Amino acid sequence: MHDTSAHAVQHHAPTSFIRKHVFSLDHKVIGKQYYALALAAALIGMVLSWIMRIHLGWANAAIPGLHTLSPNGAPGGVLTPEYYLQLMTMHGTIMVFFVLTTAPFAAFGNYFLPIQVGAEDMPFPRFNMMSFWVTFIAFLVLVSSFFISDGPTLGGWTQYAPLNAIGSSGGPGQGLGVVLWMISIALFCIGQLLGSLNFITTTLDLRVKGMSLMRLPLSAWAWFITSCMGLTAFSVLMPACILVILDHVAGTSFFVPSGLVLNDQLVPHSGGSTLLWQHLFWFFGHPEVYIAIVPGIGIVSHILIANMRKPMLSQRVLIYCMGALAVLSYMVYGHHMFVSGMNPISSLAFSFPTLVITIPATITVLIWVFSLYGSRLRINSASLFALGFVSMFVSGGVSVLVGSNNRSLP
Amino acid sequence: MGKFFAITIFVIAILSAIPIVMHTWEAPADISTHGHLIDEQMSETMAEAGISFLAAQLLLAFFIWQFSNRGTESKLKSFPGGARALVIAAVLVVGVEVLALGVFGVKAWAGVYLTPPSADAMPIQVQAGQFAFYFRYPGPDGKFGPLHPERINEGSQEFFGLDKEHDVESRDDIVTAEMAIPVNKEVHLLMHAKDVGHSFFVRELRVQQDFVPGLDVSLHFTATKIGRYEIVCTQLCGLGHYNMKAYLDVLSNDDFNEWMKKQAAMQ
Repeated sequence: MHDTSAHAVQHHAPTSFIRKHVFSLDHKVIGKQYYALALAAALIGMVLSWIMRIHLGWANAAIPGLHTLSPNGAPGGVLTPEYYLQLMTMHGTIMVFFVLTTAPFAAFGNYFLPIQVGAEDMPFPRFNMMSFWVTFIAFLVLVSSFFISDGPTLGGWTQYAPLNAIGSSGGPGQGLGVVLWMISIALFCIGQLLGSLNFITTTLDLRVKGMSLMRLPLSAWAWFITSCMGLTAFSVLMPACILVILDHVAGTSFFVPSGLVLNDQLVPHSGGSTLLWQHLFWFFGHPEVYIAIVPGIGIVSHILIANMRKPMLSQRVLIYCMGALAVLSYMVYGHHMFVSGMNPISSLAFSFPTLVITIPATITVLIWVFSLYGSRLRINSASLFALGFVSMFVSGGVSVLVGSNNRSLP
Repeated sequence: MGKFFAITIFVIAILSAIPIVMHTWEAPADISTHGHLIDEQMSETMAEAGISFLAAQLLLAFFIWQFSNRGTESKLKSFPGGARALVIAAVLVVGVEVLALGVFGVKAWAGVYLTPPSADAMPIQVQAGQFAFYFRYPGPDGKFGPLHPERINEGSQEFFGLDKEHDVESRDDIVTAEMAIPVNKEVHLLMHAKDVGHSFFVRELRVQQDFVPGLDVSLHFTATKIGRYEIVCTQLCGLGHYNMKAYLDVLSNDDFNEWMKKQAAMQ
């Protein structure tokens, strides 16, 4: 905690257009830049989903402009099966990384966190600026794969090995397309690591005098917990992406075992492990679910408090629940791998915490719902969205019971 | 507006529950000896999830109805039990619920994965490659010959890379593009990936297992109903993934022996 009068992060008001609007050091401008990026990404992701939906409804329909974008993937504007997979992969990647992570965490967090803790700005403004611009470059790299000869990768947003590492013989986009995907996600991870460092330091070191941790608003706690998850999850995904790039360009075999045959030719790799990728990916991938949802939990709690005109039944319990969700999210990742061929005992071990994680989630919902009791709930757009979130959270939450059953999957 | 929103949540919750309660979308009939355990587990899970879903949504709707847009003359109150009561209730109710699911469910999981196949189970090797399944039966000697990946040549229909000239055990191996098994006979499936990750999914058998390149995985099951069923790949494996499937024929003993003879003659 700090005394703002003594250690405030201050920078002079920018004078040039570039410094003010482009390479800005101001957390609010950076927050808005992240939000604009998230909106642009959401727009592209949405258009991709329209194209896929149109194709599902009218398989032979020519979609205007698609032939120009990819003469091979959509000859005459009609989607080929492989181009459908490429669009699906890009849709998933854009939505998970550049919308779900960028908007609730990086955009809103950047804008509001320093204000909520009473700081002038983030402690490392240049890192903050770099965080956005690295993320922006990551997005450009990802989108650029639409314009290479065989298009973007078709391996899905999870990019399972060894399809992600065997090169163009695995299908369209599996050569340069995968490399661009991996570069993009590695850059994205760097951006989010820089952001997480800033968020954590802001929360721990730049709180205004008298603002103890337990007095922090729930949304500030949510961004703090999310940034702790970001720091540990993205730091695992980034090296995993680099290892795949090495498999492509340096002849290594981190994810390709020996004895594989493609197009009647032995794949010139040996000694790698396909399950290694799944472990590294899901160690990021499951916390990523909570990186996307925990800021939502915090923001919704904050909005409900303001509109109920009374505090939550217990702020402390909600904070502990968000913390428990974050910690447990690392212990459940194997439930994405029940049928992956890993040791069946491991599946049991991952099933149990997946069932247990429903307890903090249930407590969170109960605190929200029972906090409404005796309130003077104001109905407006913000509270309607927040209450809708609670309803949706319940629907998603009960599906955990189904998904956590490793028995349901063989 | 608050009351309208509460009614909306109420209606959506009830409408969502109707098809579940009415069993509108049922899984296809189970044809395996272990499947009923999985089905029971799923029903139990759906019941618990459904009750939790309805309870939470209806309570949310009720509180929004009751406490929205009250005038300033209404006194603010707190839930009498406080957060402590809710936490204790959640830990006890949800804890018991998930413990029950976990404990009962282990039985089904253990039956498939943690018990070895019986000694007389019929071994069948299945190889998945972009974008087809091929099956290998060991022939009269009961042994599979070794695989030589470098000999694989789909053009000359050498799908497994067998060396019948040098490997005695390979000579009577029977390779097919469709899978046939005798009814009520345990099958020991040996799963081998030729190139990338694939999956073996037969929904009527309640069997789904990934093929892992570099790691041979095995699975055992017993089919109890004669019929033809679809085997599909459920792991995204490349451009032809959407079309990667084969058929499983569950035959009577006599029909299976006849089929096997026919396949042996075609090798």
